[in-house]
Amino acid sequence: MDTMRDDQKEAIPALGFYPHVDISTGTTLIAMEYNGGVVVGTDSRTSAGSFITSRATNKITPITDTMVVCRSGSAADTQCIADIAKYHIEVYTMLENEPLTIYRASQIFRQFLYNYRDSLSASVLVAGWDAKEGGQLYALPIGGFVTRQRSTASGSGSTFVQGFLDSQWRPNLTLNECKAIVKQAVGLAVFRDGSSGGVVRLATIDANGTSMELYRPDKPGFPVVKPPSAHLSFPPHVEQTPV
Amino acid sequence: MSSIGTGYDLAASTFSPDGRIFQIEYAQKAVDNGGTMVALRGKNGVVIAVDKVITSKLYIDDANPRMFNCNDNVGMAIAGVYPDGFALKDYACGEAIKWLKEYREPMSVQKLATSVAEYIHIFTLGISRPFGASAFFSAWDKKKGGRLFLVEPSGLNYEYKAWAVGKHRQAAKAEIEKLKLDQLDVQDLVREAARIIIAIRDENKDKDVQIEMGWVGENTNGKHEVVPDDVLSAAEDWANAKLEEDDMEE
Repeated sequence: MDTMRDDQKEAIPALGFYPHVDISTGTTLIAMEYNGGVVVGTDSRTSAGSFITSRATNKITPITDTMVVCRSGSAADTQCIADIAKYHIEVYTMLENEPLTIYRASQIFRQFLYNYRDSLSASVLVAGWDAKEGGQLYALPIGGFVTRQRSTASGSGSTFVQGFLDSQWRPNLTLNECKAIVKQAVGLAVFRDGSSGGVVRLATIDANGTSMELYRPDKPGFPVVKPPSAHLSFPPHVEQTPV
Repeated sequence: MSSIGTGYDLAASTFSPDGRIFQIEYAQKAVDNGGTMVALRGKNGVVIAVDKVITSKLYIDDANPRMFNCNDNVGMAIAGVYPDGFALKDYACGEAIKWLKEYREPMSVQKLATSVAEYIHIFTLGISRPFGASAFFSAWDKKKGGRLFLVEPSGLNYEYKAWAVGKHRQAAKAEIEKLKLDQLDVQDLVREAARIIIAIRDENKDKDVQIEMGWVGENTNGKHEVVPDDVLSAAEDWANAKLEEDDMEE
């Protein structure tokens, strides 16, 4: 978030003052439970204002073999929170001599997101599998509110696909059905959202662990979006040739 | 100061030459001399019963309870020196609340028992004297079934099928071993616990006593509760009749 006053935004080289724009993951995060686990999908764009800092970012950060966190908001904040939460989760796993539940992990993330809510710009999805509850998905928007979802989207691209997800989700999806929905949703969001783009990354988490997939726009498998084309005969006095 | 201890019993941080810590053994004696406490784990629940010693007739009914809840699901029963046990109970409740605040889920019985055991160890060694109290922790849930832990003044913490502490623990354990615990449901456990407590009483010495029980199991939907008065008196009546019947047979 840019909190600088307008009059401070001009660069003053003599004073060595160069206003900076926050580097953030204007993002599309999609996640959905299926009958044996959970699938998450993201875009890969990181930007500072209109500049794309990285076009192949991995926003799916592994926490354990069976848990990932999808990050959105300030890239620095979310990377840092993911590292710290991961450290805490590892320590508790050692102390208690058993893997933490995904719920416990989501609560550990909550503590940081809530306690430092005034200084953070971070929102995450915690997704994973545990023996107690199976595949799970927790959404933690900015501020530290936690909900468990069956299907959710977050980040700037989410507004474009929330309806699509609502229309596609149903109980007991198979892995392949779920993957197809998530991938298509990321494709649709990336198509309409200027702050999302790059490649599509999918992660599938089940009892056996996490598997990651990558879909590049120049290779087969990238989600196709075919919007209806505009009327080329408009305005009528300009002659246009169809592409 | 001539026979026992001989200088090695002045602090809990001092070992005797043969590797014992006398202060902790004395603390254990404080539990051993207290009212008998019997804990039983059956097929669908856990029952803890204590023969509470009433030290004055002027106390109100049910004064100085020894059965508590750490949270909705975990029961705690304290044996031995009352204020010491009460302090342990306060600590355990504090831990359970802290857990709930941090993780928004109830603390498990195992984690509570472990944390109290750790606290006892640190407190004994580094802060003050040992606790003259032991604590049973009980819980039941559908997945893991009944669970029963005992934390001792030494900081020792074991999980049991059934156990007894206090004055008549040896006799109580002998009785417990005769039970087919995995076939008994919670109602049976209440009756058997009452029978054991009454059977091992010393008719001459244990006069001003009162049975207090806590239960947790399928019947309480996994919530720990103090056993209601009517259930308790029914169990005592059954126990007395049963003991009389057994006497007749002999």
